Amino acid sequence: MKMSDLSVLNKFNKDNIVVEKLDTLINWSRANSQWYFQFGLACCAIEMMAAAGPRHDLDRFGNIPRASPRQSDVMIVAGTVTLKMAERVKRLYEQMSDPKYVISMGSCSNSGGPYWQHGYHVLKGVDLVVPVDVYVPGCPPRPEALIQGILELQKKIKLQSSLGKEA
Amino acid sequence: MKIEDIAKLLNDKHPDSVEHGEDSLFIKIAASKWQDVALSIKDDNKLKFDYLMCISAYDCGDKERYGVAYNFKSTSIEHYLEIRIEITDKESISSVSNLWGSADWHEREAYDMMGLKFDNHPNFKRILLADDWEGHPLRKDYETPDYYRGMPVPKDKTYWE
Repeated sequence: MKMSDLSVLNKFNKDNIVVEKLDTLINWSRANSQWYFQFGLACCAIEMMAAAGPRHDLDRFGNIPRASPRQSDVMIVAGTVTLKMAERVKRLYEQMSDPKYVISMGSCSNSGGPYWQHGYHVLKGVDLVVPVDVYVPGCPPRPEALIQGILELQKKIKLQSSLGKEA
Repeated sequence: MKIEDIAKLLNDKHPDSVEHGEDSLFIKIAASKWQDVALSIKDDNKLKFDYLMCISAYDCGDKERYGVAYNFKSTSIEHYLEIRIEITDKESISSVSNLWGSADWHEREAYDMMGLKFDNHPNFKRILLADDWEGHPLRKDYETPDYYRGMPVPKDKTYWE
């Protein structure tokens, strides 16, 4: 599905009135204000910082870093999740308020990455402790890749239903 | 000062505690004498090793002996020294964190990774791994656990697919 099909903006008529489901309105606002949890675990965090910086400018998608799990909607797991850190990551995820999403950024948090074979101290994928919505491959992924991951998450949010009977 | 001269000087001050083979680049010290030798390494006017650059730990590979290597530098005399101490699991090494502040974390890391015990350390516990971790991972006979607090750490990856 194209991004433009999901956009409420394209459905406005000349009189600035649009008739849509409430779900769509809620998803519209949620998708465009994914405040992400500001923490990094390894070198992926550097790319995340570059993405947040002026050149790639995550703010234009409504992604603003928050330093508290209470204020965050998205957790970007940027880096190697060690077993010692995994419990902290899980606890921080649990402290976030619903609706919450997780982007797993980079090979390490996707699958353990270079620590797959001999990493006695590394969790083989952050999806073993928290549910992951979007996986961004790369070691580390470039900021463009992270932005694509965020846009994929926007698509996912825009398709969800929080008020319907099935929700 | 050359290492032969340093070994001779230490041997004169502390008999039977210093071992230096020919052409060897390090000096071996008996663990029981280390506290006294360390004091002279730091305070002797001809040595003045005021900078402990690194402490490395190593496994001798015989499942019995483990070693530490101390790398010293003197910033005033501009010379270097490597000291090695080898012990078994039953022995311990006296801490030198009271003489060189950098020894504090390095000794904790040597304990964390290689299981070497240090006496009289002000805060002796693991530095990197979790406090309830079992074993010392850089030992040659270390076996990766299957689970840590319910999280899988598989050594056999075949069932994973």
